[in-house]
This record gives sequence, structure tokens and C-alpha cells, in this order.
Amino acid sequence: MTNAIEIRAVEKAFGNVRIIQDLNLTVAKGERHAIIGPNGAGKSTTFNLISGHITPTSGDISLNGERISGLRPFEINRRGLSRSFQVTNVFAKMTVWENIRCAVLWATGQRYAFWKNVDNLPEVRRRTAEILEDIHLTHRRDVPAGLLTYAEQRELEIGITIAGGANVIMLDEPTAGMSNTETDRAVALIRRLTEGRTLVIVEHDMSVVFGLADRISVLVYGNIIASGTPEEIRGNPKVKEAYLGEEEH
Amino acid sequence: MTELTSRAPTPTDAAPGRNIGFYAAWGIFILAVILLPLIFRSGGSHTTFSLIGIAAIFALSYNILLGQTGLLSFGHAVYYGLGGFLAIHGMNAIAAHGLPVPLPFVPLIGGFAGLVFAVVIGWVSTQRAGTVFAMISLGIGELVASSSLILRSFFGGEAGITTNRTDLPALFGWNFGPQIQVYYLIGFWLVISAIAMYALTRTPLGRMCNAVRDNPERVQFIGYDPHVIRYLSFCFAGFFAGIAGALAAINFEIANAAYLGAVQSGVVLFATFIGGVSYFFGPILGAVVVTMLQLELSDVTTVWQLYFGIIFIGIAMYAPGGLASLLMMHRPLIRAGTLSTILPADLIAIVPTILFACGVILTIEILAAYSQGNAGSSTIRLFHIPFEAANPMTWLVAAVLTIGGFFVARMTWRGVTAAWDRAMMAARERGYHA
Repeated sequence: MTNAIEIRAVEKAFGNVRIIQDLNLTVAKGERHAIIGPNGAGKSTTFNLISGHITPTSGDISLNGERISGLRPFEINRRGLSRSFQVTNVFAKMTVWENIRCAVLWATGQRYAFWKNVDNLPEVRRRTAEILEDIHLTHRRDVPAGLLTYAEQRELEIGITIAGGANVIMLDEPTAGMSNTETDRAVALIRRLTEGRTLVIVEHDMSVVFGLADRISVLVYGNIIASGTPEEIRGNPKVKEAYLGEEEH
Repeated sequence: MTELTSRAPTPTDAAPGRNIGFYAAWGIFILAVILLPLIFRSGGSHTTFSLIGIAAIFALSYNILLGQTGLLSFGHAVYYGLGGFLAIHGMNAIAAHGLPVPLPFVPLIGGFAGLVFAVVIGWVSTQRAGTVFAMISLGIGELVASSSLILRSFFGGEAGITTNRTDLPALFGWNFGPQIQVYYLIGFWLVISAIAMYALTRTPLGRMCNAVRDNPERVQFIGYDPHVIRYLSFCFAGFFAGIAGALAAINFEIANAAYLGAVQSGVVLFATFIGGVSYFFGPILGAVVVTMLQLELSDVTTVWQLYFGIIFIGIAMYAPGGLASLLMMHRPLIRAGTLSTILPADLIAIVPTILFACGVILTIEILAAYSQGNAGSSTIRLFHIPFEAANPMTWLVAAVLTIGGFFVARMTWRGVTAAWDRAMMAARERGYHA
């Protein structure tokens, strides 16, 4: 069985500064994989490399066995990988309904159609309504996304990410800045919505990480120093030294 | 928060935004296009309506870029102008070869000319949005405008090229000699184009144009190439600009370098922006206002462009959503029935505001009289009241009106803001947000 994501010997340099070096990471299909690491370790850069936001200087990234390094973000998205952003990244002047609908359009094969009435596409409407129901924002459907509360915007962010039906979902700090109750809600949401899909998540909240992830990779200075089950990571002395040790005192 | 959500509209599976008001608005628009020239029957008003119709199509096409896709173009007149030139060449060819093409089809020649040039030029210029796009559009605009003076055989040099629209085959006995017939030709294309451009906003592409406007980065991560979306949007804008240009060519029976120059590109930007980019009908409103200003203001004052600029700056600073947004602000108040509560404050404010405006106008006219070197003999007529530009009393009146009017007006504006806030609050409490 091929892996959902395979990163082999990836390096990213900006000028002389190598921010990612010899990055190797494997995420199996259907796995919930968390990437943790101190600030500036390169977690978001790793996300940007996989999703095509930036191109690796060297090395190989493949999605479901197909090479994707060097492809543009929308080409990677069309091959079944969708990501969210650490800083909320929605369509601010459009309504909640339209935000989700836009994210559904490509996946339902509408492409750049300018001869169809967007309101008369039953498949699009059904899926948009479903996603809105899933992220509990149906009652806010006609509100411009920019006017939502922060927690609602984060939920919408997740909704946009999953709406296209991608089988690999990458979430960049989905619970950042949330209160405890909001975090619990968001985790339950993520768990439910990524059922049967592959999930890669970057997260600072350790309770979220250890509660959600099947496997955890620890990234320090652009290098994966350990990768394993939550128990293995908890027991790994290198990880304790580099990262968890600081957190647990 | 709970209060807000409990009052939000109940979700339904039905498509949003299709109510009686929507069809009524379109009905009124079409009726106005048909009936206005029958109510105002002078030749002058038919000319005015024709110019407004052309400007409205042009401004709507510009808003496909600015309002819908977030592309600020300084060279949209290129597609308008090329549409106009091609239409003239087309008409001359039709007349010369006796082709069976009546005049009402000529705008399609302009449209396809605009489309073809947008297809060719757009792929490069829409690679990036923002400043890069704006600069490229400016550069291409200058390039085409200057080549229009160089390639004389096609553009006719400074004189331009002319045609005679009545040489084309007549349609149902109409030869399009009289202005009223030309007006209805323009009105027909205005209605068709407006419906088509509105329909475009309701397609998957049209929705993705808005998405690209709001957040081009995120668009890439939901499977779309923002460049392709900008490009297609640009092509449609070019097509409808070409139709407007062809109608202008039919109306004036001439096309010259002014059609595709920076001034023409600037005017369409003004009209669209003053009307308001965030509502579909905004550019139509802007086309009406700007065309009227161009025609009427230039009769009243020599420095009409100065007023034009002041109005533009005023809108940009105090009502960046344009006239359409100013109008639509009132919608929740009307729905909630709280509109009447702001009227007293409005009525109080309007008196000093008008006096202030008169002061500004008088000051500008005095300065204009001096700068044109005829202050001694110049009489300024402001609402039929004569003022001697050289008379110190006039200066005093201008100063008092401007300075005094401003301070009094500013106090009353606070009252308007407060009344407005109360009315909005009351409307919100009744569940009307927008």
C-alpha cells in the first residue's frame, strides 16, 4: 500500500540559509499524524512545501505515490490534498455560504464555467449545505465571513479545507488562540470530519496532539528528530531533551 | 452573540437573493430605458441618454475587473477604443461591399475586437494582480494610444476615421439616422449587456472572481488557478468594453485617438468608483452622474474638471463604497421603519452644508477668474445671483460661507452621525442587519 505523503531528503534554502535540511517524513493512508516542535522549527515551512506554497530546493515529495514536488498549489489540491492556514485565510467579504460553496466548486467539476447558474447546481448546493451543517455554521450562512467571531472563522477555515473532499487534510494550528471549550469543540469537529481520511496537523497544544494523533513527528531546526506513536514520543529521550522537557517543568 | 444568531434568517435550501424586489429592480431599469426618451423628448436629452447608455455599459464592464475581481486597470479604454475603431472599419466595409448586415449587429464587431485584444494582451497582464497589473495596464494603454497616432492607415491619425451609419442596410424601416433610433439601439445593447454581465456574476466563474478579489492565495488551495480566473474576467471585461466602444462609434460616426487614451480610461474609473464598485448597479449610477456632470458642469463653469476632482476625492474619502453604498446603507432603516428618525438631523445639517458648498464654489470661481486673468471684468453667477470677482465684498462672503459654513456644518454632521447610529441600533434590534 502506498503512503499518503512521502517526503524524501527535502531541503529548502533561502539564499544561503537552509531552513529545512534532509527532511524525511512518511504519513500512511488513514493515519492522523501530528507534527510538533518548538517555534521556528520549520513546521509551517514543511506545510508550505507539501502543499506547493513553496518549492523544495531539492528532494522529493509524493502524494499517494505520485510525485508532487514542483507542482503549483492548485495542481496539488486537485490531486487530493487540502490544507488550512495558521492565520485565518477566508474570503472575508463573501458570506459563509459562499465561502464553502467556492471550496466545493472545483471538486464538483464546475471548473471555470461561465454558462451555468451557480444557484442551480443541486450537487453544489447539497454539498455546501452538508459542510455548513458539519461545521455548525448553518445559522450563520448569510453573514460575511469577515464578521464572524474568531472561533467561527477557525471553524469556517476547517470547513473550506475539507469541503473539496480531499483525502489528505493538513491543518496548521487549528486551535490556536481558542479557549478550552472552543478547543474541545474544534477537536471533536476535526476528529469527526477527518474520519476515513489522512490528517496531518501542526499543533502547539499537547493535549490536542496526544489526544488526536496516531503518530507524532518532532521537528527541530528543520529536521525530524523522532517519529512514532504518542507513547514512543513520550518516552524518547531526544524529544524530552529538545522539546517536551522544557514544556513539562 | 446569541441574540445575533437567534435573529439570523432561517436557513433554507432555496437559492438566496431571488425575491420580488430583485425582479422589480430589473423591471424598473428596463422600463426606464424604454420610457425616458419618450418623457424627455428634446434632441438634447436623447443625445444625453445615448451617452449615458454607452458610459453605463463601459462602466459595468470596468467593474467586472475592479469590483468583481479586484483588478485596478488604468487602461480599460484600450478595449473600448479598439472596439470602436474595428466597428467603424466594419461599418465602412459593410457599406462598401453591400453586405447584408444591419447596424444593430455592429456592436458585436466591437465586442469581438475587444475580446480578441483582451485574449492576446490579458494572458501576460493578469499574471499578477495589484500594482503589477495596474502598471502593465497603464503601460499598454500608453502603448496603444501612441500607436494610434503612428499607424495612420488604421487609426486615421489625429483626425481619426469616420463612417456613415445610414449607409448600412435598414432594419424594419429604421435607418438609424435620427438620434432616437440610435438611442434605442444603445438602450437595447445596454439591457442585453447588463443582464449578461449580471448573469456572469452568478456563475461559478463569477463567484470565483469574487474569491480571487478577496483572497487570491486561498483560491489556489481550493483547486483554482487565480491567474486563469483573472484572465477570463479580463476577457469578458474586454468584450463588453468593445461593445460600448462600438456603440460610441455608431453614435458619433467617428473614432479617434481620444477613444483609447488615458483620459477615457480615467473617466471610466471615475464613473465606476463614484457609482460604487460593491453593488452591481453602482457603475450604472456612476455613468449617469459622471455623464451628466461632464455635459452640464462644462456649460456652467470653465473649471468643471476641478469640481469633478473634488467630488471624486470627497467620495474616496467619505464614501469609499460610492453612491450605491450610500443608498444601500438606508435599506435596513427602511425595512425596520426607522428611517424617519434620521430625517430631522438630516434637515438641520443640510442648510449649513449647502452654505459651505456655496462658499467653496464661490472661492473656486474667484480664484479661477483671477488665474484666467479676467478678474476685473468677471461676474460670477451663483444660482443667478451675480458676484463681482474683483469686489472685496465677494471675497468676504466667500470666506464667511466657507469657514463659517464648515464649522457650523461640522457640528450638525455630528448630530447626523448620532441619529444614524441610533436608527441603525433600532434597526438591528428589530433584526435587520443589511
